[in-house]
Amino acid sequence: MARLTQVTAGFLPLLDSLLLVVARERGFAEAEGLDLQLVRETSWANIRDRIAVGHFDVAHMLAPMPIAAALGLNPLPCPVIAPMALGLGGNAVTVGASLWQAMAEAGAPGDLSAAAAGAALRAVVRAREAAKANKLRFGVVHPHSGHNYELRYWLMSSGVHPDRDVDIVILPPPILPDALSRGTIDGYCVGEPWNSVAVVQGAGRIATVKAAIWRSSPEKVLGVRGAWAESEGESLAALLRALYRAAHWCADPVHHEAAAEILAAPTYLDLDPALLLAGLSGRLSIAPGEARMVEDFFIPEARAATFPWQSHALWFYSQMVRWGHVTHTANNAALAAASYRPDLYRAAIAPLGAPVPGANAKVEGALARPTPVGVTKGSLALGPDGFFDGEIFDPDHLDAYISRQK
Amino acid sequence: MTAMPHAELSILVIDENRIRASIIEDGLREAGHDHVTVLHDINDVARTVEARRPDVIVIDLENPNRDRLEHFFSLSRAVQRPIAMFVDRSDASSIEAAVAAGVSAYVVDGLRKERVKPILDMAVSRFNAFSRLRRELEEAKGALEERRLVDQAKGILMRSRNLSEADAYALLRKTAMNQNRKIVDIAQSLITAAGLLEP
Repeated sequence: MARLTQVTAGFLPLLDSLLLVVARERGFAEAEGLDLQLVRETSWANIRDRIAVGHFDVAHMLAPMPIAAALGLNPLPCPVIAPMALGLGGNAVTVGASLWQAMAEAGAPGDLSAAAAGAALRAVVRAREAAKANKLRFGVVHPHSGHNYELRYWLMSSGVHPDRDVDIVILPPPILPDALSRGTIDGYCVGEPWNSVAVVQGAGRIATVKAAIWRSSPEKVLGVRGAWAESEGESLAALLRALYRAAHWCADPVHHEAAAEILAAPTYLDLDPALLLAGLSGRLSIAPGEARMVEDFFIPEARAATFPWQSHALWFYSQMVRWGHVTHTANNAALAAASYRPDLYRAAIAPLGAPVPGANAKVEGALARPTPVGVTKGSLALGPDGFFDGEIFDPDHLDAYISRQK
Repeated sequence: MTAMPHAELSILVIDENRIRASIIEDGLREAGHDHVTVLHDINDVARTVEARRPDVIVIDLENPNRDRLEHFFSLSRAVQRPIAMFVDRSDASSIEAAVAAGVSAYVVDGLRKERVKPILDMAVSRFNAFSRLRRELEEAKGALEERRLVDQAKGILMRSRNLSEADAYALLRKTAMNQNRKIVDIAQSLITAAGLLEP
């Protein structure tokens, strides 16, 4: 038997490390000739630094991280590319008991609707302002994260200014439920299973979900060290195929329980599998004794969920500009878009004969229902993908979008 | 043995591992740094940074709060200028050594490289020494456990087959050699099997 090529991947213990874990544990990586070594990390900063110094070839990354690398926002200069996404959706906004009570009194219906929960939150914020109470405090895991930008988007569109009306602090995911029950923070936006954990512990209630704020939206990507992608192109293509197959396996509801078991093992998340099954199946406990089926909560495969859309990169870029993380120039926008590599994805997946989008970018938020799109082979439907406030992001009109959000 | 730095650097060491933190602190003091603050509890970081105004912040990579600390440093008025990490962006080998050792340093921008490099080098060597100690301790614990298992297996053979201690050990060793396994693995299997056969 031919020798396996070793590929080392860093990951954080989160539901969306799933594709990497399944690619290894179900033999998809080995079938592609890879010995996929997974290393659990404790912070995104470690992921970023260990990929920069070459300890990791690839890693589970927050979707804005390769963009931050391309824009020179990282301490160590190292090109990182995103040739694949690791699914869509998968996170939620959880609030503590006292904030939820205030939101409910202000009319939040408790149905996860982003608009209704946002309106109730605005009423609470205004009432606290009038009473000269402390600002509400929300936690996210990293400034350059889907969580931070999505929370800010939801707040801003709900009439709550994320910098002036509330405080946003950075905390590691496993600490968030405790911080909520101790009252250090009033709410947070984080990936699963850390919302379900708070509900099980009686620390909080899920107020809304990513799928309600922006349906079918990007979350984590496979980050790849640029130099490794260049020198080990074949191994990278093999890894993308293994992850593509892993996504297909994970998408089948028949496998949800097995996937939850695999991911719950001590070397990976070391948690009760039931906590992972919630996010996988979309059947979330949003409050003690109250379960709700969330359509498209986490999408591992459908709607080209692993395709690295450059329009996703540009949307994150627009939010980095919006919140002062980077200055908008045509060159910066080009660097941000170029950090996502649909060309590499297409080339790697082509031999599988699977349908892959023919375009590199799309108009985000424009599809109210599933819609067939142009593909290299076969057929593929995208959407629904709407933003809760009805906005549309057209990457061809980036400047206008950025000005509109000032 | 050590030269005093010409202007006092304020150094903050953040490490939840108290033993390792004190090893680093000792090293810094031996090198002539008197303004060293050690912090175990991350929740005190804001107050400490405000009070001590560190020029250099040394932190272990196991700390899950790195993202939070970086964000805090980037906002902090005490660490006013943008901070660079590690010693010098161009010094790839020293950066690699630091990450491999499990330590990183945040440096207030504008601090000259030659003043910071000895601090990081010292932290790297002490982190490595600490890891070595911890590994040796684990190995010693492992060896003790192996010996306990082998003794237990010998006892079982001595009772069940009426063997002397030397013969019991010889039987274990021969079985291990025949099966190309370690003696401790044979001992473990024997103990497990004996456990199953007990009434």
